[in-house]
Amino acid sequence: MTPDITPITMPKFGLAMTEGKIAGWLVEPGTQVTTGEELVDIETSKITNTFESPVAGLLRRHVAANGEMLPVGALIGIVADAAVSDADIDAFVTRFQADFAAASDAPEGAEAADEPVMMQVGDYSLRVHDRGVGDGTPLVLIHGFGGDLKNWMLNHATLAHGRRVIAFDLPGHGGSSKDVGPGTLAFFADVTAQLLAHLDLARVHVMGHSLGGGIALTLARTQPARVASLTLIAPAGLGPQINMDFINGFIEADRVRGVQDVLKYLVHDKSLIGRRMADDVLRYKRLDGAEAALRKVAQACFPDGKQGDDLRPVLAEADMPVTLIWGQADEILPVAQAEGLPGTVTRHILPAIGHMPQLESAPAVNEVVEAFIRHEVATA
Amino acid sequence: MSKKSFRQAINEALRQEMRRDPTVILMGEDVAGGRGGSAGTADAWGGVLGVTKGLYEEFGETRVLDTPITEASYIGAAAGAAVTGLRPVAELMFVDFVGCCLDQIMNQAAKFRYMFGGKARTPLVIRAMYGAGFNAAAQHSQALYPLFTHIPGLKVVIPSSPYEAKGLLISAIRDDDPVIFLENKVMYDVEEEVPDEPYAIPFGEANLTREGDDVTIVAFGRMVGMANEAADRLAKKGIGCTVIDPRTTSPLDGETILECVADTGRLVIVDESSPRCNMATDIAALVAEEAFDTLRAPIRRVVPPHTPVPFATVLETLYMPSVEKIEAAVTATMNHRVTEKV
Repeated sequence: MTPDITPITMPKFGLAMTEGKIAGWLVEPGTQVTTGEELVDIETSKITNTFESPVAGLLRRHVAANGEMLPVGALIGIVADAAVSDADIDAFVTRFQADFAAASDAPEGAEAADEPVMMQVGDYSLRVHDRGVGDGTPLVLIHGFGGDLKNWMLNHATLAHGRRVIAFDLPGHGGSSKDVGPGTLAFFADVTAQLLAHLDLARVHVMGHSLGGGIALTLARTQPARVASLTLIAPAGLGPQINMDFINGFIEADRVRGVQDVLKYLVHDKSLIGRRMADDVLRYKRLDGAEAALRKVAQACFPDGKQGDDLRPVLAEADMPVTLIWGQADEILPVAQAEGLPGTVTRHILPAIGHMPQLESAPAVNEVVEAFIRHEVATA
Repeated sequence: MSKKSFRQAINEALRQEMRRDPTVILMGEDVAGGRGGSAGTADAWGGVLGVTKGLYEEFGETRVLDTPITEASYIGAAAGAAVTGLRPVAELMFVDFVGCCLDQIMNQAAKFRYMFGGKARTPLVIRAMYGAGFNAAAQHSQALYPLFTHIPGLKVVIPSSPYEAKGLLISAIRDDDPVIFLENKVMYDVEEEVPDEPYAIPFGEANLTREGDDVTIVAFGRMVGMANEAADRLAKKGIGCTVIDPRTTSPLDGETILECVADTGRLVIVDESSPRCNMATDIAALVAEEAFDTLRAPIRRVVPPHTPVPFATVLETLYMPSVEKIEAAVTATMNHRVTEKV
């Protein structure tokens, strides 16, 4: 700001005021004003108020005319010493207006943000985060029970090179609508297929974690042509056993402490579970309909405290390449469920890692996935 | 999810609960506001600060009721409506006006459950603006939450951000007891990410907005933001602060406060209400009684002086707790050295 030019801007009378109208100037340009002198009447949606000059000096310009409606902070007049040239004032006004316009546009600015967006897919409103560009076959990430697309926060950007990588919140989860239909793996696989169709993706690599692994396997069974490859991280569907203390505890917990205790089942290194993580889960769980959705999914997928879907036959018949990643110290789905699979399935068992290798051992998981997908492309 | 102001968050909570539950109604001076009259104005500006804007248009005059300027009558009517099946949200405008209707709140609404053998439910919410810093002088600037906290039978909520405001107001409306919901009038334009969906934040569970090992700071409402800023500045100097936002003063999550004090050994309480018998004295007493042995320094309070809120801007600024005052209190408690008595 030029020190000898003082901008007079639209004042803010009270908290609700966002804009005001110049009801009438009380001082003409060329007049010497004192601080506190009545300068201009401003009309708001509620009242008309007289604005007093915040400074002493020579009023040089009315930038806003009588009757003009302007936002708070907009330039309405100029106070400047007589020695300041009109050209300098013109330049000042131009610069001020440009800066003000830029500042007020910024929040609305249409910068193509790398952020999740909401998409209406059939009957469901889904939060989808589509990252990366390139010719590579796209990769779709399916999170697990109670999770959301942030479960991939250490993988998503890394993998999004030379291809699109799409993470989304399953119905009932994260920012997506909370209707989970019958809550079955088949239902989620169907919504996933609808999303792929909506995004015009004929064929994708699919990576699923836990329940999302079961969904990926189901999708491979129902829509094999769409699935270029399967990356399964501690997937559901390969054995009946599941830690129901986690499932029920996650559904029931409504306080930070309870959530924190339950989340510890997810990892081998318990110090990873901080208060922030629990806060984040609670923000989701507090949403109307979230708890009911989780209950429905648990009843549909884990009736009688066991996994209801046996998806081993899918692996036996699968035409697409499959890789499996499992934490040796998984406390939700035992690593033993990785045994006895067809020899075509490549296995990566990670020692001293729990149920969320993609978080707890992100670099190793990213390396495996990148190599696997690249290899698949090379041989395709 | 999008950025919403404190004002929008409250408006959205009211709108969503009114859509969900037809028994939710609004009452108060100018909650519709500006409609009718001899000019036949159709628009309504929705309260003196526009918080209830648009609700009259959506829900109409049977559910958004402009009342005469008589707090005793409409707060009383709201209490009566609550025990007879509605869920009224009555707006007191400035909390300073509570004197006109304290009987209806203190001796009626708060007592119904207890006077009628536990058979009465009083799902009443009273919204009001509180706090200094608005240059609104002594009669429109008080932070009277200790007054309500003192009365058994009331629940008292002080949201510290737009996210908190929406979730806590939804809980307040769904609650079957009378809830006093206090909005700091300086915060209406504060913005943050707020989910579009309805959600309820439970009462009586404190929120930790910062975590640190050296000093516990307990702060309420607008003071939480100041405490966070002080904590961020202190962190750069190597002093770690845990900041606790209790969210509700009644019920109060004393357990979390005691646990954090046990971890840090030092306590600073930031409370913008008048200093005698306020939340700072209440929490200081709790910690002195329950956690004396864990304290490594005297408890410090950052509170205004015991005087009506001054009108003059410089004096009002001097009166209020500030980031600098919080920093100074934390530094003082860090510098305290225990002297062994011989």
